[in-house]
Parts: sequence; structure tokens; C-alpha cells
Amino acid sequence: MAIKSHVQTTINGETVEFLCESRQSLLEVLRDELHLTGAKEGCNNGNCGACSVILDGRLVNSCLVLGVETEGKSVETIEGLAAPDKLHPIQDAFLENAALQCGICTPGFIMSTKALLDSNPNPTEHEIRYWLAGNLCRCTGYDKIVRAVQDAAKASA
Amino acid sequence: MSEKKEYKVIGTRPIRHDGVDKVTGRALYGADFQIAGLLHGRVLRSPHAHARIVSIDTSRAEAYPGVKGIVTAQDLPDPADKVADLGEGAVNLKYLCDNILARDKVLYKGHAVAAVAATSPHIAEEACTLIDVAYEVLPPVLEVRQAMEPDAPLLHENLKTTSLGETADEPSNVASHLQYKKGAPEKGFAEADVVIEREFVTGTVHQGYIEPHNATALYNPDGHLTIWCSTQGAFTVREQVAEILQYPISKIKVVPMEIGGGFGGKISVYIKPVAALLAMKTGKPVKVLMNRTDVFEGTGPTPASYIRVKMGATKAGKVTAAEAYLAFEAGAYPGSPVGPGAMCIFAPYNIENVLIDGYDVVVNKPKTAPYRAPGATNAAFGSETILDELAERLEIDPLEIRLMNGAKEGDRRADGPIYPRIGYIETVEAAKQHPHYAAPNGKKHHGRGVASGFWFNIGLESSVTINVNVDGTINLVEGSTDIGGTRASIAMQAAEVLGIPAESVNPSVVDTNSVGYTAVTGGSRTTYATGYAAYEAAQDVKRQMIARAAKLWEVDEANVQFADGEFSCINGKEEQISFRDLCARLGETGGPVVGSGTVNPGGAGGAFATHVVDVEVDEETGKVEILRYTATQDAGKAIHPSYVEGQIQGGVVQGIGWALNEEYIYDAEGTMTNASFLDYRMPTCLDLPMIDTVIVEVPNPGHPYGVRGVGEVPIIPPPAAIANAIYDAVGIRMTELPMSPERLLKAIGTI
Repeated sequence: MAIKSHVQTTINGETVEFLCESRQSLLEVLRDELHLTGAKEGCNNGNCGACSVILDGRLVNSCLVLGVETEGKSVETIEGLAAPDKLHPIQDAFLENAALQCGICTPGFIMSTKALLDSNPNPTEHEIRYWLAGNLCRCTGYDKIVRAVQDAAKASA
Repeated sequence: MSEKKEYKVIGTRPIRHDGVDKVTGRALYGADFQIAGLLHGRVLRSPHAHARIVSIDTSRAEAYPGVKGIVTAQDLPDPADKVADLGEGAVNLKYLCDNILARDKVLYKGHAVAAVAATSPHIAEEACTLIDVAYEVLPPVLEVRQAMEPDAPLLHENLKTTSLGETADEPSNVASHLQYKKGAPEKGFAEADVVIEREFVTGTVHQGYIEPHNATALYNPDGHLTIWCSTQGAFTVREQVAEILQYPISKIKVVPMEIGGGFGGKISVYIKPVAALLAMKTGKPVKVLMNRTDVFEGTGPTPASYIRVKMGATKAGKVTAAEAYLAFEAGAYPGSPVGPGAMCIFAPYNIENVLIDGYDVVVNKPKTAPYRAPGATNAAFGSETILDELAERLEIDPLEIRLMNGAKEGDRRADGPIYPRIGYIETVEAAKQHPHYAAPNGKKHHGRGVASGFWFNIGLESSVTINVNVDGTINLVEGSTDIGGTRASIAMQAAEVLGIPAESVNPSVVDTNSVGYTAVTGGSRTTYATGYAAYEAAQDVKRQMIARAAKLWEVDEANVQFADGEFSCINGKEEQISFRDLCARLGETGGPVVGSGTVNPGGAGGAFATHVVDVEVDEETGKVEILRYTATQDAGKAIHPSYVEGQIQGGVVQGIGWALNEEYIYDAEGTMTNASFLDYRMPTCLDLPMIDTVIVEVPNPGHPYGVRGVGEVPIIPPPAAIANAIYDAVGIRMTELPMSPERLLKAIGTI
């Protein structure tokens, strides 16, 4: 049997400890060990962005990060975005713009959008499209997602 | 029905009921399901496109620590060669079973051969490499025209062509030949001043849903089997699993989790019966997940095809005759959508003389599955390109020639049906009047193209139950998995009947033990048919509530009227009570009110779309940039316009991907060489502009609110519209999909 490592990290502001095999990705740890299933597996090789989380302030595909690599780091996931009684403005903007259909890519898009607006609060349409090109959506044709991001930027301004 | 009817809820844009769950990551999709004691399953797949299975030895894998059970086709009941109707048309059971786990032969690379349940997904994957399968490799046949050759390698020794009711004596890869004929095509072509004929080829494309297939099965010693999964139809999963395992449906419960896209690809089962077999064998719950490569190689894409189209028209622009020859790759087992392709190809037009031949042909590729308007996109690529060429040759505006020949109420389609009220002409008019069509488009290497499409839409069975709450809200129970906002579009139809806001409805999608039979979320039927059932269930509630008001007021039911959410007495007494207040008095008037509605409506109205696209062609790189896109579509009545727009935009973009980038690329041995999202290139948001939509509303007489299905038709026009725009830009007729940079450069002559 593989030997598991003990890892201490911060997830959505809370200190979290877990055991994981060295081959387990952060995505596997989030989903299978910690039951934070908001990050989704669409491709498991960094092409679809459905597993996007923010690691020490940087947007990553959690399928391309090993669980053990998060020792001492800080992870933000979709589960940590809303306040108990209030959605994050990005979440509101996605709902108001009908920017989701099946919703499987939505957590990834929202985390990706958060990373964008954290670094560039007032992006142009082209900057939005360029930034979000790492997130695949097969349902919407992206039109309403781009509009939601534009609205979220306005709401946060 | 009045076209001007005023609605309070329908046509508004409320926040979808499942929205908060989906933007917070709380919505549970199939792979998110957890249960104590869970084992993980993994499927071993064939490395060969065509081979005979000589032997399978699982002993090394069984001895691997952590492995709890292994299944092969030997664990499946031997399927009789019978045909069963599983809610998506007739299916040959032997083919269905052999596609789940190969018995004698593997027929495509990725064909499932065995499956392992183990304590972790990694152990299951490692154990798969310890299963020894001996194959006798056979030559594969990978293209439809080659498969039709008399000396082609045969996939099935017993498959004989059925042609117009007759079965051939000798085996063949051609499963069937169908034909539709109307009028006298030869006479029609003789009357034409211009006749154009071309050949077209389209590649194999995948639905590309972001969520891979998944299934978790649990078997109890009392024989009850539960399957949690994402699917387009929990009831069709129940039927297919029952047939494959020869197991009573009364002992199978299918729980539909949230579904991450389907587009037709999550109707057929693949790993669900495998998870069930592993659960039966181990006595533990077993979760089986596909990875992305499994999805590309082991689930149904939509067919590649070879198409020949010939159309003739008079100088005045009247199309006098049309012919089409359609040969579709079914994949490993018969059942391509060549039928719907043949029915749709000339459907937007009223043409007097038509001949259509369709061939369903097996090849060593995955068994194809429906994909959004299955068959129609392939077909329209041919017909809509030829029509564009006719218009050009006759110097008639391409929208004008569509108006001149467009189908209307009372016209007969080549395959028989006579159109009821349809809105094709209205979509062309809407495109013509759109500012996009009047905008200048003269720059070098810029071009504009148009194309239209038709899709039937379907009805089928749906059931809805409504439980009335004491606070004036309702709980709506339905069996249609919500793949794109249908909880909202169904709830809104019930809300409209009862005069309550959309937010006063709590919709739930429930398992097969908890709601009446409901067919798949597919065929653009959910808002139409399950919405219709919700309308009927709400009418049932309304009737019962009227009875309660009558009881309260001690009057005859005929004296109670319901309008705008208020019950009132219309004879004698001055009584009035709101829906909400009456809900609080159900206990004293006889107990809870539960309404139900079931439908199997025959009046699904056909949908038409007309698209306009501007492109820029880079002659150095072969890249086609979409500059502007406008899609008009008859939705009958848009219940929630935002989600109708979303369906149109999503369909357009899938069509753009099909047109420009997407295809399965095979090597000579039949291995797909681009089975990842990196190499199977779906559109990203950087590839696209905003997609403008125009919703035309010509109410469908077959639905109380006039709804037509909207999901499928928007994928049909893009490939032809883009091909026509490329022609306008650089003067080259592209006849092969995808119109990739390489193909474009070759066509232009750059390489």
C-alpha cells in the first residue's frame, strides 16, 4: 500500500489537515478526501478549467497540482466564495445573466473570474475572453458568461 | 390561441431555481456522490479497432491487493437477438450488450472488455493492466465509403442489408438503406435552368459535454439495485439496465444526479450496467468514472458522413427538384441518425420533386449516439451550400431564394408529413430585417454567409406531480433531468396557471420510484412536454382548489371563478379568497391538495432557424475568424427568454466548432490520435464574438402556451453558413468538415 503524507494547508481561510498519497492531485484531495466537490474533473490534464481553484493568490488547475504541494499554502475554492447569507457579486452576476446551463463548468469559471477581477478589476471584453480561454463551456457559447463577468466587474467597482 | 396573449410569468426572466446550488458548488453531480464503503471501478478497453477476443485471463488482477471484483461479458446474461424499444427507438439487444462489454469481438479502439472494482481508483487502474487479453487482430474499416465496398472487412458476420423492406442474402457493413421520394425528380431537373451537384464529407464529432460519464451502483441482498448517475433520462437508464442485466425494472431505482451536459450523448448507457454488475459481485457500492479519453474513445460521437446533393432551379429562382445521397457511419453497431438526416435535408423548402437515399453503415469506430439534431447538421451542410450556389448562379439574394422556396403551413415534406403552422419564413424575414444583414461587408477576405435548418422536436411521455403547501407555494415533482434551466421553464408554466410567482414553485427532479414515467431530456422536448405535464398538473390543482373554495362558501363549484391568483364567487355571494389564503385552509376543507398531470403529446411543433455569419479568412494561416453571428429562430413561445437565447447561442457555438475545428483524427490502425481536450479543439471564448439572437414567436398550436422545442435546431445552420461565408470571402467552395486551416490552405492552393 502506498504511504500517505500528512499535509497541513489553509482552505477557504480554515486550517485543514489531511492525509494523501503522493500521487493524488489537489483535485482528488479536495473531492475525495475533503468532500469539497465544487471543483469538477472534466479532463484531468489541464485543458478544461473545471477544477480551477486559487492557490496562494494564483489561478491553477487543481488537477495539475499535487495534494502534497499545498503544504503551508492557501487554497481558495468555490465553497468559500459566498458569505453565509449573501452570494459573491460574481455568483450573483452569473445567475442574473443566465450564464450557466448545465452548471458543471460554473465553479471553475467563477474562480477564474475571481482571479481575473482580483488582478484586473476593469477588464475589456478581449481581456475577459483571453483570460477565460482556459475554461471550457459546452452549453452557453460563452456570450452570457462574458456579460456576467462584465457585470461582476461593474458591481465590484 | 391568441398570439397577443398577456402572461404574468411566462416570458419573464426569473433566477433559475437550482441557480444558487450551481454557483456555490453545492449542486451534486454524478461523480460527486459519496457513500460509506465505496469501491472504485475502472474499465479495461480494447487497444485494437478490430479484433477477435481469444481469451481473457483475470487471475493476476484478481490477486492484486485491493481488488474486490472483476467482470467481463461472461458475467452478462447471454443476450437474445431481440429488438427492444428503450425510449429512443428500437434497439437490438445483442448489439446493446456487446457494446457494454465485448463478448466475441472488439469493434473499436476503446471498446470495453473487462472492469475491476478496487479500494481506490488508482488500484483499479493498475489492476486493469494485469488483465491478460489475447486478441486476434483483424483489419479495421474506418471510413463509410470503404466500408460499403463489396470486399471490405466485415464487422458483423450476420449483418445483412435491409433495403426498402427487403433483406439481402449476403452479409455487408451496410445495415440499412432508406428512401424518400416525392413527385418526379427527373422531370423536375429537366425543368431546371441551373442544376448543381456536389459531394460533401463531414468528420466524426463528439458532443463534448464537460462532465465525463459516471455511475455509482448499490446492490442489496433483497435484490434491490440503486444507481446514482448523471443521465438525460433516469427511466431510460432503468429500461436499458433491466434489459442488459435481464433484471426486473421494479427492483431497479435510478437516481438522477445533476448532469454536466449531454447533448444526446447521455442517453445510451455504457458504465451504468458495469457498475451494477460490480456492485452485485462485490456486495459493496461501486463508483465507476470515465476519464476524458474514455469519453472520446468509449462513448458515442456523432457520425462522419459522405453526402451528395443535387438541386435544380429555374431562372426565376424556383427550386424544381432536389436529390440527396447520404451515407452515415453508424460506428460499431447499426443505428446512425441517417433517418432524421434524410427527413431534414430539404425540410425548410417546398420542393415538388425530391429523391433522398440514406445508408446506415457500420465502421470500426465507437457506436454513434445522438448529438443535438442528430443527422440534420451533416445533411444541411450539403443542401444549404448547394442552395447558396444556386442563388449565386442565378444572381438572387440567398435569403430571397429561401423566401421564394420556403415551406409554409400545408406544404408536404418529402418524407410525408404536412406542415401545421410553422415559422420558417418568419425566421428568414427576421434575418433579412436584422441590422447585421444590412451592415457593410466589403473588406478583402471578409465574407458573409447564410443558412437555415429544420428540426422536428418530439413530444413523448412526461409526468408531473404538484403538492400544495399551506403558505401558498407549491412543490413540483418532475422526472426530467435539468440540463439547462428546465426546472425554471417547467415551474413557470405551473406558476402561470396558478397565478403565483415563479419563485413560489419548488421544483424537484426525483428518482424513478418517486415520479411517473418521464422520457429523456432530449429531442428538445422538456420545456414542451414536461412543461405541458406541469400545466396539466396545475390545472388539476386549480380544479381541486375551486372545489375547496366552493365547499368553504357552500356554493356550487360552477359558481367559483379563478383569475389572477384569486378565487371569487360569481353568483350570489360576495366572496373572494387568494390562492395563498385558500392554501392555508386546505386542512379544514378536506386535507392536502395534490395535483398530477401526465402527457404524451403529439403536437411538438417543428423548429426552424436562419443564421447570418461574417467571417474573415487569413490566407496565410488558413484560420477563419468569426466576426459577427446572428441567429434567428422560431421558439413558438419563449417561456424563459434568457435560457432560449442560451440554447441558441450554445447550439451556434457547437456548430461553429463542428464547422472549423472539431473531428476525430484516426491513424491507419484505427486509433483516435486526438482524444483530449487539447487536441480535440472545441471553441473557447477567445475564438468567438457575442452571438446575437432573435427569438421569433409563431405559437405552436400543439401546446397550451405555444411552446416549440428550441435546443437542437441552432446547431444545424452554422457549418453551411460559415462555408458560404468563406466562399464569399475567398471564392472557394469548402465541401469537407471541419474547414480546418490545413484544409482551407489546401483548397486555396497555399499549400
